[in-house]
Amino acid sequence: MVNPSLLPAAPKVVGPRGPKPTKAISPRNIMLYGTLIVVALYYLLPLYVMVVTSLKGMPEIRVGNIFAPPLEITFQPWIKAWAEACTGLNCDGLSRGFWNSVQITVPSVIVSIAIASVNGYALANWRFKGSQIFFTILIFGSFIPYQVMLYPIVILLREIGLYGSLTGLVIVHSIFGMPILTLLFRNYFTSLPEELFKAARVDGAGFWGIYFRIMLPMSLPILVVAVILQVTGIWNDFLFGTVYTKPDIWPMTVQLNNIVNSTQGVKEYNVNMAATILTGLVPLVIYFVSGKLFVRGIAAGAVKG
Amino acid sequence: MPASRRPNQLFRNLNAKIAAIPMILTASVVFLGGTAWTVFYSFTGSKLLPKLKWVGVSQYERLWNTKRWIVSIENLAIYGICMLILSFVIGFLLAALMDQKIRFENTFRTIILYPFALSFIVTGLVWQWVLNPEFGIQGIVRNFGWESFAFDPLYNPDIAIFGVMLAALWQGSGLVMVLMLAGLRGIDQEIWKAAKIDGIPAWKTYLLIVIPMMRPVFITALVLITSGIIRVYDLVVAQTSGGPGLATEMPAKYVYDYMFRAQNLGQAFAASTMMLIAVLTVVIPWAYMEFGSKKHG
Amino acid sequence: MKFKALVGLLAAGLMATSAANATELEVMHWWTSGGEAAAVGEFAKAFDATGDKWVDAAFAGPGEQARAIMVSRITGGDPMGAFQFNHGRQAEDLIEAGLLLDLTEVAEAEGWKDVVNPSKLLDACTVDGRIYCTPVNIHSWQWLWLSRKAYQDAGIAVPTNWDEFVAAAPKLEAAGKLPLAVGQQGWQQTGLFNVLMVSLVPTEIFQKVYGDKDAGVAAGPEVARVFEAAADAREISKNSTVQSWNEATNLVITGQAGGQIMGDWAQGEFSVAQQTAGDEYECLPGLGVVEVLSTGGDAFYFPKLDDPEKEAAQKRMAAMLLKPAVQVAFNLKKGSLPVRGDIDLSTANGCMKKGLKLLAEKKLLPDTNLLITPDTSSQITDLFAEFFADKSMSPEAAQERFVDIIAQAD
Repeated sequence: MVNPSLLPAAPKVVGPRGPKPTKAISPRNIMLYGTLIVVALYYLLPLYVMVVTSLKGMPEIRVGNIFAPPLEITFQPWIKAWAEACTGLNCDGLSRGFWNSVQITVPSVIVSIAIASVNGYALANWRFKGSQIFFTILIFGSFIPYQVMLYPIVILLREIGLYGSLTGLVIVHSIFGMPILTLLFRNYFTSLPEELFKAARVDGAGFWGIYFRIMLPMSLPILVVAVILQVTGIWNDFLFGTVYTKPDIWPMTVQLNNIVNSTQGVKEYNVNMAATILTGLVPLVIYFVSGKLFVRGIAAGAVKG
Repeated sequence: MPASRRPNQLFRNLNAKIAAIPMILTASVVFLGGTAWTVFYSFTGSKLLPKLKWVGVSQYERLWNTKRWIVSIENLAIYGICMLILSFVIGFLLAALMDQKIRFENTFRTIILYPFALSFIVTGLVWQWVLNPEFGIQGIVRNFGWESFAFDPLYNPDIAIFGVMLAALWQGSGLVMVLMLAGLRGIDQEIWKAAKIDGIPAWKTYLLIVIPMMRPVFITALVLITSGIIRVYDLVVAQTSGGPGLATEMPAKYVYDYMFRAQNLGQAFAASTMMLIAVLTVVIPWAYMEFGSKKHG
Repeated sequence: MKFKALVGLLAAGLMATSAANATELEVMHWWTSGGEAAAVGEFAKAFDATGDKWVDAAFAGPGEQARAIMVSRITGGDPMGAFQFNHGRQAEDLIEAGLLLDLTEVAEAEGWKDVVNPSKLLDACTVDGRIYCTPVNIHSWQWLWLSRKAYQDAGIAVPTNWDEFVAAAPKLEAAGKLPLAVGQQGWQQTGLFNVLMVSLVPTEIFQKVYGDKDAGVAAGPEVARVFEAAADAREISKNSTVQSWNEATNLVITGQAGGQIMGDWAQGEFSVAQQTAGDEYECLPGLGVVEVLSTGGDAFYFPKLDDPEKEAAQKRMAAMLLKPAVQVAFNLKKGSLPVRGDIDLSTANGCMKKGLKLLAEKKLLPDTNLLITPDTSSQITDLFAEFFADKSMSPEAAQERFVDIIAQAD
């Protein structure tokens, strides 16, 4: 397929590459920043609406428009969303699910990444007969709609006695995270200079030795990407969290669903929006804090095929 | 597992094979096994629980005679083609914009990327709210005096699918942009210089030189976008529940609804099988291109 | 764990004294609207009073999501203590597979056979002479809820039947009101159609179409008339954009809409809003045309558990659900009718009394859930979702598709 000589070297300098900017105010800059600002508005608008709506009282929502800033700021919707909203008889809002989500996300992220990084390493450096076939099947798996696999996995988990447990859910997340993560790690490890690997082999290091002493420490950029993708995906998961566990460990998204869907007469948009922001807070913070690392990691992992 | 001719073949690379056991199990037991199981039960009359009651291909006959399924496929086709094109075009244009040595690049990039942190359920809800004809964009414009202004994609069956797309692009285009940006940054500076010396205009350099060099990025993006398209479910459920009417029904939703609402597993599995076949027609050529033609290091 | 502590707190609030070794039973249901939650609270209170503990696991949203969870957990081998299903053919498979607890013992001890009225409800729980579920209420679909305020604002009299209702629609529209509120979900639109069928044409048509699956009748002129009426309903509800049923009810409560065709559970929303039948709103059973009610309802099922203590608690819960006092308290909040004919409901409001009267006169029909499979009902739902959204779909075309579905039904 790709002629290796055509492949770019791993990016050494991560920085803009376009033509150099000219004067501060030029037609080009006006167009450039004008476009960027319009684009930014499109992306920010929903977040703005969420925040603004969550700070309004219901009467104001009913009369006003959704883009108007709140006349009277109230935090009541936030309190209600976090601690008071009812589902059936339980009136404790999202707080019930927060720790469950943490308990689900942390082990799932660690296990899925550990497995996928080893996979990627084996696929890149220790290819064995049939390894590419399994990899192809994994990629096939990344296209299978989750709904299709729902039932077989219920039966599988039942047979190994893990249905309804946290461990079972961690396994499910590892399974469904595997295709994309393996692809990322495989691409990343392939892009590392082969001399590194060969030198370590000459020194007599084995499979695990090379992995732990050389590959893993070098894979920080792609690890960051994997962590971000997994935290986001698993934190936001709703289907697996409900179908493979019991209410004791239902994640926060289930409470979000319940708050949003159990209308008491009128939809309380302000509470819904507050609940929405609260549920999305963890992945959002991660993106805002580590966005730069994410881009760098992607640059390192996805550029090479 | 491939049969080994010599006994020591199996033990060669043993550690790697042991390490790959989770992958081998996932691929063979879950993905292949689950697929086989699904295909198998699609030939039965299973209702709420899987049952070995053979009905031949009658589930498939019914499937292809069901208007909702046909409409779902049409919807997915429209959605898929538009999403694919728009994701690539928007993602690439945004990345090219970002690559112009702009100020506040981090800020702009974060703004474009952050929706990806939100789930489809949240995305669906927010856009349902923004597109609400009474309170949302339409209501605002009408309040300004343009009484006949109509923008209610979620309530108009003809364009509802584009309302869903608007939300999907908002959520996912940031990631495509980042991938493309990474690809652009991987292009050697020398190429730009050379192009400039030869007097090739920037757009031509992008189109004829840079984009072909970014092939690996495009492939990663293609896998991500396509898998997202085929799997689209949560977004539709949160935003439109498939409506109005059948306007935003999708195959994955057909599967889920038949499993648990209609309690007709056989029918759901027949639909699943059709989806799996569609996926295979994408993956097999890819695998052939990737591994089949020649070994590459 | 936080969750347990909170449940404990909740339980402590609900009951004064709690047995030290109370058996916890997790109960899954999808009753989450205001009236529904208040009603289920009555069950929990009564169950906790027996010394056990009701652990509430409600799941809001479309029934198929909740059903996916219930079925997964039962097949996955980690079932809940009890769960709510619509009464009828939905649980057939689970019973056949032997996954549900046999309640015959409880039923005999409590004399359910004698008290459950109409007895059809218990028949729907019975497979091969054994009883597998506890019916808890009777719901009927055939109600037209009307807002007095909406009609006053428009300066016209409140209609007393469907024809007057349709005739009054233009005046309501002129007054800026929505004549008919319909939540844009297939099940609500299907329900509306079935109500029209029960009320506007002779009742045996409904029986023949859904009970006997007679495609000939479904293709006949009577059903054609029902489709015409459905097209009228589509026309006068064209500006209804709400999704869930109680949002639509709320439009009636606040006088923004003239009326809504919805089951008697809408009653619960009116009482939560502290409105009184006859003062703020009116109810017309059978659309004021043919006063007949279809009797469906909710039932509780109990998955088989390996724990004998839990099994005993499940049986205690089953018995509790049908106790007279519990039935009264629950149904008053839920807006449904009790399944026992032998209890005093003098506290019932005007609309419920109308229902009770029809129940006593046995002007009853079975609910579609008792007659057709979820599969058939789901196909019909898809049809009406399409019909109501697509104004260009003619009643004739819709009827043709309807006939096909009925012809294939089993």
